[in-house]
Amino acid sequence: MTDNGVGASVRRKEDHRFITGKGQYVDDINRPNQLYVSIVRSPLAHARIRNVDASGALAVPGVAAVLTGADMAADGIGGLPCGWGIHNKDGSPMVEPGHPPLAADVVRYVGDQVAVVLAESRAIAKDAAELVEVDYEELPAVASLEAASADGAPQVWDDAPGNICFDWEIGDSSATEAAFANATKTASIDIVNNRLIANAMEPRSAIGEYDTGRDEHTLYTTSQNPHVIRLLMGAFVMGIPEHKLRVIAPDVGGGFGSKIFHYAEEAIVTWAAKKVNRPVKWTADRSESFISDAHGRDHITHAELAMDDDGKFLGLRVSTRANLGAYLSTFGPSVPTYLYATLLAGTYKTPAIYAEVKGMFTNTVPVDAYRGAGRPEASYLLERLVDRAAKVAGLDPIEIRRRNFIQPEDFPYATPVALEYDTGDYEASVDQALELAEYDAFESRRQESEARGKLRGIGVSTYIEACGIAPSNVAGALGARAGLYEAGTVRVNPTGSITVLTGSHSHGQGHETTFAQLVTEALGVDFDAVEIVHGDTGKVPFGMGTYGSRSAAVGGVALVNALEKIRTKAKKIAAHLLEASDEDIEFKDGKLTVAGTDKSVAFGDVAMAAYVPHNYPLDTLEPGLEETAFYDPKNFTFPSGCHICEVEVDPDTGVVDVVRFTAADDFGRIINPMIVEGQVHGGVVQGIGQALYEECVYDASGQLSSGTMMDYCLPKADHVPNIDVTTNVTPCTHNILGVKGCGEAGAIGAPPAVINAVVNALAGHGVDDIAMPATPQRVWQAIQAAN
Amino acid sequence: MPTKVSLTLNGDAVSAEVDSRTLLVELIREKFLNTGTHVGCDTSQCGACVVHVDGRSVKSCTMLAVQADGADITTIEGVATGGELHPMQAAFREHHGLQCGFCTPGMIMSALDLVRVNPDPDEAEIREWLEGNLCRCTGYQNIVRAVKAGADAMRGES
Repeated sequence: MTDNGVGASVRRKEDHRFITGKGQYVDDINRPNQLYVSIVRSPLAHARIRNVDASGALAVPGVAAVLTGADMAADGIGGLPCGWGIHNKDGSPMVEPGHPPLAADVVRYVGDQVAVVLAESRAIAKDAAELVEVDYEELPAVASLEAASADGAPQVWDDAPGNICFDWEIGDSSATEAAFANATKTASIDIVNNRLIANAMEPRSAIGEYDTGRDEHTLYTTSQNPHVIRLLMGAFVMGIPEHKLRVIAPDVGGGFGSKIFHYAEEAIVTWAAKKVNRPVKWTADRSESFISDAHGRDHITHAELAMDDDGKFLGLRVSTRANLGAYLSTFGPSVPTYLYATLLAGTYKTPAIYAEVKGMFTNTVPVDAYRGAGRPEASYLLERLVDRAAKVAGLDPIEIRRRNFIQPEDFPYATPVALEYDTGDYEASVDQALELAEYDAFESRRQESEARGKLRGIGVSTYIEACGIAPSNVAGALGARAGLYEAGTVRVNPTGSITVLTGSHSHGQGHETTFAQLVTEALGVDFDAVEIVHGDTGKVPFGMGTYGSRSAAVGGVALVNALEKIRTKAKKIAAHLLEASDEDIEFKDGKLTVAGTDKSVAFGDVAMAAYVPHNYPLDTLEPGLEETAFYDPKNFTFPSGCHICEVEVDPDTGVVDVVRFTAADDFGRIINPMIVEGQVHGGVVQGIGQALYEECVYDASGQLSSGTMMDYCLPKADHVPNIDVTTNVTPCTHNILGVKGCGEAGAIGAPPAVINAVVNALAGHGVDDIAMPATPQRVWQAIQAAN
Repeated sequence: MPTKVSLTLNGDAVSAEVDSRTLLVELIREKFLNTGTHVGCDTSQCGACVVHVDGRSVKSCTMLAVQADGADITTIEGVATGGELHPMQAAFREHHGLQCGFCTPGMIMSALDLVRVNPDPDEAEIREWLEGNLCRCTGYQNIVRAVKAGADAMRGES
């Protein structure tokens, strides 16, 4: 059985349906008599709606209805809620504007929803949507942080002067000032974290259905957290109680954060399905995804680091502006605050840190979590700044990091920015990475490249992230408006097979395999006798879903706790069957044995006894064998690691080729090494994408210039190298599995390693900074400018 | 104006009435309910919709349904035979060449066409061939490994 237990690279259960074309994604689902939705979206970044004339659309044969924001308002449909409140420096709350699913008065970004066309086919709906005449009065728009910050800038919201949603701070300002006063050396950096679009391969889709007989709503949606959608949409938008609303997120084709949020389209199809009394289906075109999926990143930061003569860090001062887009998305305000600035200590013992963040509105798509969510912004800033500091201090980039690392004996370590790291060994990861990357032999490789006319550079980053989100009381104190525990149910069926109901959601992570490994490990049952059910509020009792690398560290622990309850009850049943006492029963390899004897009963027979309780302690024990556990973590988990990137730059064209990439990570205990490696590969390539290829570009009027896959460059197979992956393990100290999480690490560690490598390659040309993405044009221009 | 198209789909003779603007992928997914072929973009970049038309890989979002009249079409649903996985499918599972699974049918159909024209591709050739198939999950590393292993197995060298 241990072949399929914890630590084994078990091949995935879910793969069979995907490799045979039998996966079932939302757009693969068709409901009888369904209508198709096309959404009329604003072509302008900021405008007042004077009138919507649907008569042309309604005249098209096959059009069933056209619905507008006025119809929605008349039906009392509420606005999309924000799930995290942030406070200003003075303690006042952030500006929190309304967010109607269909705009009735003013549109605030290109893509804002204005009207809905319902028709008998997708094609008819699209044709008719072209005929909906919306009369707009165009208003001035701001499409970037710079434009939104300018004196006299147009206002996205009247009640947000200066387009400021919040002006927030963390850390000790006066201690940090004192650190700078005592410093003998300082380094500083001005840095932009480029705006990105997640681009999960499956476009978002939603189907609404209403059962008049039972007064029940069903929503099929591409979500990472169906219970969260049920809660937010049911309670805040639609006014539907939980028992009348079922949310199903079946197979979901990637999320990377972009499918966490409660989107307008989910409310629109749920509302429209009841209104027209037919199922209603919407699927985004990719071009529609670009202007309606929440975007990520988009920070402008100035930061300074104070050091002593030995290059020891004394203080860090950070000032960031973060783009929130036109409306507050579900977790938008938490990303550039508590998920970003709390990570500014990084892996270092910087004694004083102060950060201030202005969250700003612009006439762009709402910005929210994208793989890493705040933590990539922190690590990119910090690791670029530390490389600068190394230059100022005259130290090797590795040496300055070693001098400042938090050491294993320092844990638990309270940072100056509100976190308490439980464990880690940062030098161990560095040593592993240096060896695997053959760092010491870099110079000979550089010379070999030089002989071919290429500039070779090497870059290092170390990172820490806080994941396993989150202790509910801590998150609540920081502004979260939801609990962040997880729930798991283990149902032992009468013949001994197992059905697990988990609140985590797999959209590529492989929970159907790793969670089954946990079951096999605990109960000794056959791997094939375990079924993991997720993604359906009608089947799974409760859950908070998958994001923030939380599935193993929170959902996995909930499952293990439920399994422990099963083990305890099974021992009691076995004790009765074997006429022994509970404490004498050993449960191992699927068998329950009276210790020190050969008397045993198979787990399957215990299950049968629980459901056919003829010989059963009914006076002290309930029949059946099913247990649920809710688990709320005591702390965040803190994966960390060291990434080393090696690039070759062609000075004639500016093309950057990543020729080698090494990731040495500490994810705590690992359930399935194959799956963990796959997560690192994917995360690193998204990080390389941010560093070299991807950029969301708006023009000054708020039109999205990078609005298709032709204009927004995703990494392709021939853009990236193989990633060399290794891990070391310091088990998490506060969860029973010792796991930390691995989903976001690559996207956090990779961008600074890549850019540090590019800057290193260009150092001989006098270049000391390059913006992401380091496109051939940017690199070539930097070389020319320096020459 | 609806037009009748008749074609062979995974070995079965089928026909349907389609609009002149109906795309092949819409015909496959919406009329014949073979939903293993996916749509990931609207600009022919992503390759999630790759099928075989008369034995060659085609992005089925770039072809009109009426152009497929009389064609022999194979989709991901037609790759396994007699309940046995095709060696390329098995290689994707064995080498963890998929995560969310959305790009996977297109990847497998594209890889099979690569092996048709180049039975023993090296890593660089595989990466170049898959330039028209996007994956956001895997970083391509295990896809490339799977395609190599699948090609080896198809040559009987696994």
